[in-house]
Formats: sequence, C-alpha cells, structure tokens
Amino acid sequence: MQQTKQILVIGNGMVGHHFVDQLRAKDPLAQITVLCGEAQLAYDRVHLSGYFSGTSAEQLALTTEEAYQAANIQYHLNCWVEQINREQQLVLTSQGGSFYYDELVLATGSYAFVPPIPGNDQPHCLVYRTLQDLDAIAQSAALSKVGVVIGGGLLGLEAANALKQLGLHTHVVEFAPQLMAVQLDQGGGQMLSQKITELGVQVHTGKATQAIVAGAECRYQLQFADGESLETDLVLFSAGIRPYDQLARSCGLAVGERGGIVVNDQCQTSDPHIYAIGECALWQQKIFGLVAPGYQMARVVVSQLTGGELSFTGADMSTKLKLLGVEVGSIGDAHARTPGALSYVFTDPRAQVYKKMVVSSDGKRLLGAVLVGDTSNYDSLLHYALNDMLLPKQPEQLILPAASGAPLAALTLPNNATICSCHNVAKGDIVAAMDSGCCDLASIKSCTKASTGCGGCTALLKSVVDDELKSRGVEVKNHLCEHFAYSRQELLHLVQVGGIKTFAELLSRHGQGLGCDICKPTVGSILASSWNDYVLKKPHVGLQDTNDTFLANMQKDGSYSVVPRIAGGEITAEKLLVIGQVALDFNLYTKITGGQRIDLFGARLEQLPAIWQRLVDAGFETGHAYGKSLRTVKSCVGSTWCRYGVQDSVGQAIAIENRYKGLRAPHKIKMAVSGCTRECAEAQSKDIGIIATENGWNLYVCGNGGMRPRHADLFATDLDTDTLIRYIDRILMLYIRTADRLQRTSVWMEKLDGGLDYLRKVIIDDELGIAAELENQMAALVNTYACEWKATLENPQALKRFRQFVNSPDADENIVFVEERSQIRPATAEEKRQWLQQIPIIQLSTSELPVKALAEEN
Amino acid sequence: MAWTDICAFEDLVENSGICALLNGQQVAVFLLELQGEPQIYAVGNYDPVGGANVLSRGILGSVGEQIVVASPLYKQHFDLTTGQCLEQPEVVIPVYGVKLQQGRLWLNAEQQNQQASAA
Ligand SMILES: Cc1cc2nc3c(=O)[nH]c(=O)nc-3n(C[C@H](O)[C@H](O)[C@H](O)COP(=O)(O)OP(=O)(O)OC[C@H]3O[C@@H](n4cnc5c(N)ncnc54)[C@H](O)[C@@H]3O)c2cc1C
Ligand code: SF4
Ligand code: FES
Repeated sequence: MQQTKQILVIGNGMVGHHFVDQLRAKDPLAQITVLCGEAQLAYDRVHLSGYFSGTSAEQLALTTEEAYQAANIQYHLNCWVEQINREQQLVLTSQGGSFYYDELVLATGSYAFVPPIPGNDQPHCLVYRTLQDLDAIAQSAALSKVGVVIGGGLLGLEAANALKQLGLHTHVVEFAPQLMAVQLDQGGGQMLSQKITELGVQVHTGKATQAIVAGAECRYQLQFADGESLETDLVLFSAGIRPYDQLARSCGLAVGERGGIVVNDQCQTSDPHIYAIGECALWQQKIFGLVAPGYQMARVVVSQLTGGELSFTGADMSTKLKLLGVEVGSIGDAHARTPGALSYVFTDPRAQVYKKMVVSSDGKRLLGAVLVGDTSNYDSLLHYALNDMLLPKQPEQLILPAASGAPLAALTLPNNATICSCHNVAKGDIVAAMDSGCCDLASIKSCTKASTGCGGCTALLKSVVDDELKSRGVEVKNHLCEHFAYSRQELLHLVQVGGIKTFAELLSRHGQGLGCDICKPTVGSILASSWNDYVLKKPHVGLQDTNDTFLANMQKDGSYSVVPRIAGGEITAEKLLVIGQVALDFNLYTKITGGQRIDLFGARLEQLPAIWQRLVDAGFETGHAYGKSLRTVKSCVGSTWCRYGVQDSVGQAIAIENRYKGLRAPHKIKMAVSGCTRECAEAQSKDIGIIATENGWNLYVCGNGGMRPRHADLFATDLDTDTLIRYIDRILMLYIRTADRLQRTSVWMEKLDGGLDYLRKVIIDDELGIAAELENQMAALVNTYACEWKATLENPQALKRFRQFVNSPDADENIVFVEERSQIRPATAEEKRQWLQQIPIIQLSTSELPVKALAEEN
Repeated sequence: MAWTDICAFEDLVENSGICALLNGQQVAVFLLELQGEPQIYAVGNYDPVGGANVLSRGILGSVGEQIVVASPLYKQHFDLTTGQCLEQPEVVIPVYGVKLQQGRLWLNAEQQNQQASAA
C-alpha cells in the first residue's frame, strides 16, 4: 500500500479547523494530526462576545472531539509547539513530545498586543481573545465597578460593549483622534463617538496612556501624556493583534518586518513543505484579520495538497457590523486615497446618520464607502464595488434616503458575484443549488454552506433566493426532484385521484428516470398515507429509507436502535422488566428519550427480529421512531395524581397516541397533553398540544422544539373530547395532503396563505367543504392500523432481509462496542484499529443468539 | 478469474440490495429492473464517508444517466458502474464482476470497475 502523507497542523483556531474539515472532506484517507494550543477544539471566535450574553462554550464550539474521532483526525489539546526542526521534519512541544510531518501547516493565528506601558502586567489588566480571557474578564468584572478599554478599533468597541453588558461603567481610550481609524473617515468616526457616548460609554480620543498606577477611588489610575488621568478597576487592552510567528522566526522561515509569516500565492512559506494560513500569514505585506480570507487560504492549501490549483488572490476587507447597537459599515477605499477620487457625503444630524461614498474620478465606479447609523445600503454598495459595476448616472442616489427603498436588485448581479465570502459561494452556486431542487433558504444554506460562517451575508442571500424564485415562477420551485416535475402535494393528488398503488406505476405515468432517495421515500409515505398498505409489501420495499425497511433507526456505525411504543409514557412494572431483560440479554445500551419512552441501542441487523419477537410477545408494539409519522404523545400525570390537575391528561394522551400511531406524514409529528395550565408536558412546543381546562381542552397547533423552536398557536378553547379529536383528525389530514416533503407543521403553518385564520376557517367553519372527507380518510387509516413489527415477524419473506450476509451467518465485524459508564457504546475509529491489532477490548459475540427464522434459511 | 457462487437469484430483492461475503470482503448486491430487464450490480458495502458497512441498505435511483445508490448514513450517491461518489469524486468504492448461471449469482473477487449485466 502506498504510504499516505502525514499532515501536521499547528493551531486549531477557526482557520486551522476549517482547513482540517475541508481536507478531510476532500481526502478521506489523509493522515491528519492537529496540535491545539488551547484547552478545547476550535470555537467561533467571531461570535466570542456572545459568551457574555448567554451563548455557552458548547454552542460556540465549531466541532466536537467525537466529530474529530469519527473523522479519524488525531488531535492533542493543550499542546503548545515550541520548535520546528526543518531538517528532520519534526516539531517539538513544550511537554517534550515530537511529531513528524511530511507537510506542515501553521495556523497559529495571533495574540492580543499589550502596549509596553508601565504597570500593564497587573492582575486586572486583561485582553480579549480567547474563551479563557473571557472567563478572566467575567471574574474581574464581578469585583469591579469601572472598566476601561484601551484601543478604539473594531475589537475595542466590541470589548466595550461586553464590559457594559457586565454592568461596568465603561470608557474607551483611543490614541488616534477618532474611533475606528482604520475603517472610518473623520466624519464617520465623529458620528460614531457621539452615538456611543449617548449610549453611556465614555469616549476619550487623542489620549496616549503612559502608566497604570494605583488609583485613589478605583483600583488603578491611567495617566495620560497630556497630564490628565482616569480611574478604573479593570483595564482591557485591545490595541491590535500580533501574529504568532515566533515558531517560524526561530526556524529560519521568512517573516515580515512587522511580523507575519511570509507566504506566496499558494500559501507556502519559504520552506515548500510548510504552509501558513489565517491570521499568522503575511501575503503581499498584508495580514488579514478576518475569517473569510483565512478560510480562503485554508481552501488554497487543501487544494495544493490534493493536486488542485487554487491560489490565494487577496481578499476584500469590507466590514459591516453592529457595535454597541450602532450600525457601522466600511467598504474599500473609505479614506478616498485613490488619486482623483471623489466623495459624496450625506449626514442627517437628527437621526445621527453619516454616509459617504467614494467614486472614481469619472464617476463610473464605486471605490469605497463609510456608513454609520444606517447600513441598509451596505449590500448594494458592496456589490457595486466588488463586481466593478457601472454606477447609475446620479450615484448619490445610492446613499440618499429616497433611494433606501430601492434595494439592490440581486438579479442584476453576475453569476460569479460572491455572495458569501466565508464559504466562497458565488451567486452561480446558489442558482445551481436551486436548479437541483433546493427551494428554501434552509436547504440552500445546508447545501452550499452560504451564510453559515459569520452570518454577514444572510440578507443578501435571502434576496438572491427570493428574486431567483420569483423569476422562476411559483410552479417551478417545489418540484420534488429530477424525476418528478410535481410538488409533494401534487403527487399526492395524482396518487389519490388516479388510484395509483405503486411507485412504478406513478413513475411510468408521471415521472422519468429511476427515482432517487428523495422521491422514493416521499412516494412511499404518500402511498402509506393514502392506502395504508404494509410498508414492506414487495412493491414498496425499495422505496423506504433503511430505517423504514428495517423498522429501526440506523446509528452511525450501521447498528440499529429499537423503540417500543409506550403510549403517553405510561408503562407497567412488568413491561419495564421486559425491556430491561431484553436489553440485558442482547447487551443493548438503554436511554430514556425526550418523548417519555426507552430507546435500546446497539442492535445488529440480524438481532432485530429476535428482539422484537420478545417485545411483541410481551405485548409491545412498534414505536415508529424510525418513520416520518406520529412519534409520541407526551403527558404529565394529570388530575389522577396531581393536586393541580383538572383533567385526566394521561388517559387522553394514551387515547390520542393509539388513534394516530403509525400515521405516515410528510415529517415526524409530536404531541403532548398537559393536565392543567401549568403545562408540565410542554404541549406548546409540539405539533399538536392539548392543555386541560376546567371546561374541557385547549388545542394548540404547529409548535416545534428542536433546532427551529416555534411556540404553538392557540387554535380553539374549551373543546369536549369529541370535537377535539375531530379537529385533530382534520388538521393532520390537511397537513398530510398539503405539506411539502420534510416540512414540519410549524413551517407548514408559516407558509400557509392566510395562516391561523385560514386554518380555522377550513377546520372549524369548513369553508372548503372538505371536513367530512378529511375525517373519513383519517377513519380509514385508523381502522387499518397494524403493528409493522408484528406483521414482519409473521412474514418469512420479509424476515429474510434481516441478516448481514446472504451467504454467511457472520456478523459485521466493523460493529464493535466498548464499555462506558457500565453500558456499551460504539468503538471509535482509533479503538477499532487497536482491536484489529489484537489488543483485547470487549467484543460482543452475536453467534450466541441465532435468529429462529434465519437458522431455517441456511 | 476467481468466481464465487454466492446465492440463488431469488435471494436478491428487486429494486433493493443485499449484502454478500466474498473472501472476507463485504459486497453490496443490487437488483434493478431496467426496461423490463433485470440488471445486477455489485459494489463494496463499506461507505468510506460514513465509515460503516451499510451501502446495501441504501436507496437505488438515477441521477441523470447515472445509476446510483444513496448511502443511508449521509446520503452521498455512488455510481454503481464506476464506484465513484458523485458528491466527492475522489472517493471511489470497489465494483465487482457479476454473472448469473443456472439461477445462481456468482461474484468475481477481482475488482473491476465496470458493469456486469444479467444476460
Ligand atoms: C472578539 C473578536 C471578534 C471578532 N469578530 C470578527 C468578525 O466579526 N468578523 C471576522 O471576520 N473576524 C472577526 N474576528 C477575527 C477572527 O476571529 C480571526 O480572524 C480568526 O479567528 C483567525 O483564525 P486563525 O485560525 O487564523 O487564528 P486563531 O483563531 O487565533 O487560532 C489560532 C490558534 O492557534 C493556537 N496556537 C498558536 N500558536 C500555537 C503553538 N505554538 N502551538 C499550538 N497552538 C498554537 C492558538 O492558541 C489558537 O487557538 C474577531 C476576533 C475576536 C477576538
Ligand atoms: S400540568 Fe398541571 S396537572 Fe399536569 S402535572 Fe403539571 S400541574 Fe399537574
Ligand atoms: S459571508 Fe460570512 S457567512 Fe457568508
């Protein structure tokens, strides 16, 4: 076998992580080792300040150790590199470790610069760069009343905001005569000072700090060159950043006069086997202190290492942000330094808005702009600048208030215009994603990654998508996939009207090609909600996702989890014992789910029938945890036990769960019933939520928890049980009929023309005259319900599929478990490697549990 | 050429896959109906992206002219005749030779990234 190259990365900041992530995606086999100086893997430094407003370290994390393990990336935390030995291609760490490399990538970023002011090393003199720094700031702030930020640049103002949020009386001290001198011109800087002062942060410009000495009223006193002074308890330095280039310097790589590791267009340093990316790299005498250019460098090196030809061509440093609640934008040549440049300036002293645009001497091109107080023109201005577009005859229109109503026409952007610079997504990429079936923002984001970096391009992305949708006309936008030029709703109609019973028939009458993993499960679900056939009946077999095929949820290692139905979360002691015994006998990992039932993990494909035989024998039914169907009806204990309860929420939940179990829908459905207004079952975060009242039941609809939480809408109040069930029947059936593929009720409601009022008219007032039909359809489904596992166990043909190999009773040897907290868990890639090398770890024998039906087979 | 007798034709599942063990290698075998003709494809069962032996449990389909299986883990598509992953073209899975003889399916342990038909 060919030896794969050892790729070593120093630094796991935002850029280092992006590099690792991109390289792994391009080359699944590359040997990657990462040495991280910090105590955790990469996190989102751009949104670091969120840490003070409630974003946790976990939420800031860009990855997890599990994800690195799963991707087979070796990493070492708290691992500081001291030295590079280029002759032997080794790096040495402070703990004495040494690592060999074929290719070395320096992604060491930068550190906060602390100016050499006497007294700058006292305990409450801090910087703002890492999570650890923020912890220190929070601790110090708790013991302080007044805080000063030294440095009035972008980061300094962000830091000032943080101090203000921490409750400190906050000052900003800037050496230059204005704030944000790099990005703003004088007028912009003045307007910003004025606004920030009004927000309660005191701004001191033109002040050179000479010493930090003990204070009289506060802990410290800053002494300025002009003889004045300022008392403070905490000093935060934000006087710029310096690249971590010591490693490069000491091993003789070329570095810039003022710091930074010199790289060429391929991001190579002066040693061709060593690359530098991100904030430590110096390209054409420039350091780029933003993530987007760093990500671009990461992609360049990935391309270099995988035989590609991408090169770095510089990056735009325009910025738009909100500082202390004030909108600020800066584009290109903000200071009008280009020879012959002309400036247009607009100020509104009442609204405190300052706008300037810098145009070329012939007035045809936009060179730069400054916006303070209102950045609504930023996107359009930026695109005039970046895409070198011809300005309108009267360019001032672009910043005058009358023009703000006319946003940039995204359609006029060329296809190669960059929309998202973090992930290098051009307009053409978005159009292509839409061509291939992505039709809403969420799916475009996940498929192109646009807008998933700093988030600065969100508004622009939306306008590109909206315009593009408009230009395509509404009909085009929800084609299911390349095989059917229909939306899910239209297909359902074709199936029901045409009495179509199989995928093959639908494809030959209304589609083309062979189908795919999008249309097949969708049609499978449509057929199931239309005719309620057994999902594993022969013509439907190939339509189902593996989870539906094997009636269990596939986990990351190819094993499955098993979830028996526990309606309403009520279970007898006997049944609990059965579940426990099954878990013991098959050595399964057990966990209580959020839906009040028990998930059993680690079942191999060939074990599923035997496990279910035991469960079905004990009276369990499938929980449909694998299907796009009703999951659970959660309930609180209700009036039976609870001293506040006004109705029997458990009884109601069980009845409802049993009514709708197995119902196939465009997406999963969750419900809950609470016994009184205290709402212990959290019904208002469910697709269907029911809350007991003195007089009956309040019905809430279309709520959601999870990734996109939505509070449910109150649909009707004080219903008796019959009416309640009738309404739910109708709502669910309407949802099944009209929703798009994988559209939860929450999104369905948001897209529904007329919204909640319209839904009430259709369901309660029956304005469309379809209520009876909806109820009949639901009744038909309810009456034909059968437990799929029971049916499967009785069907030898279907059981045949539950084996790993058609020609051997062996088990999949890639499924390996180890023990953790007294239960099994999947072995990591590393552990599997050790196991293959015969280092003993616990391995489960499966041959002890032969499956009856299969034994006859062979 | 090393041909191995695997199973009966009836053991294959129409428009879906099964997994066979061939000299210790896991092979995913798919049976497709193409213009009324059964076609059989055999590729590696290991999904190199997801890192698990699961491809035989993916959904079959077409992307343009290419006949593909979608991995049940992260939904990448693999071309059944070339073994190439559509989303990550540098990832290629093995393709094995297939023949039918007297109602039995045979696989060729030598990887050959070309398609075999059930003629
Ligand atoms: C508060 C704040 C707000 C910001 N806001 C924005 C914004 O809005 N937009 C924007 O584009 N950018 C913003 N930035 C800048 C952005 O965060 C950086 O450009 C980006 O993080 C640079 O990534 P990097 O990987 O090059 O460096 P870093 O993220 O600094 O990562 C470098 C890593 O390497 C480690 N390291 C260094 N030397 C060694 C060694 N010898 N051995 C081992 N490990 C080592 C360091 O500990 C660090 O973990 C902001 C920065 C801060 C601090
Ligand atoms: S919702 Fe009401 S009835 Fe149910 S447990 Fe809470 S307090 Fe008791
Ligand atoms: S520009 Fe940063 S996410 Fe798009």
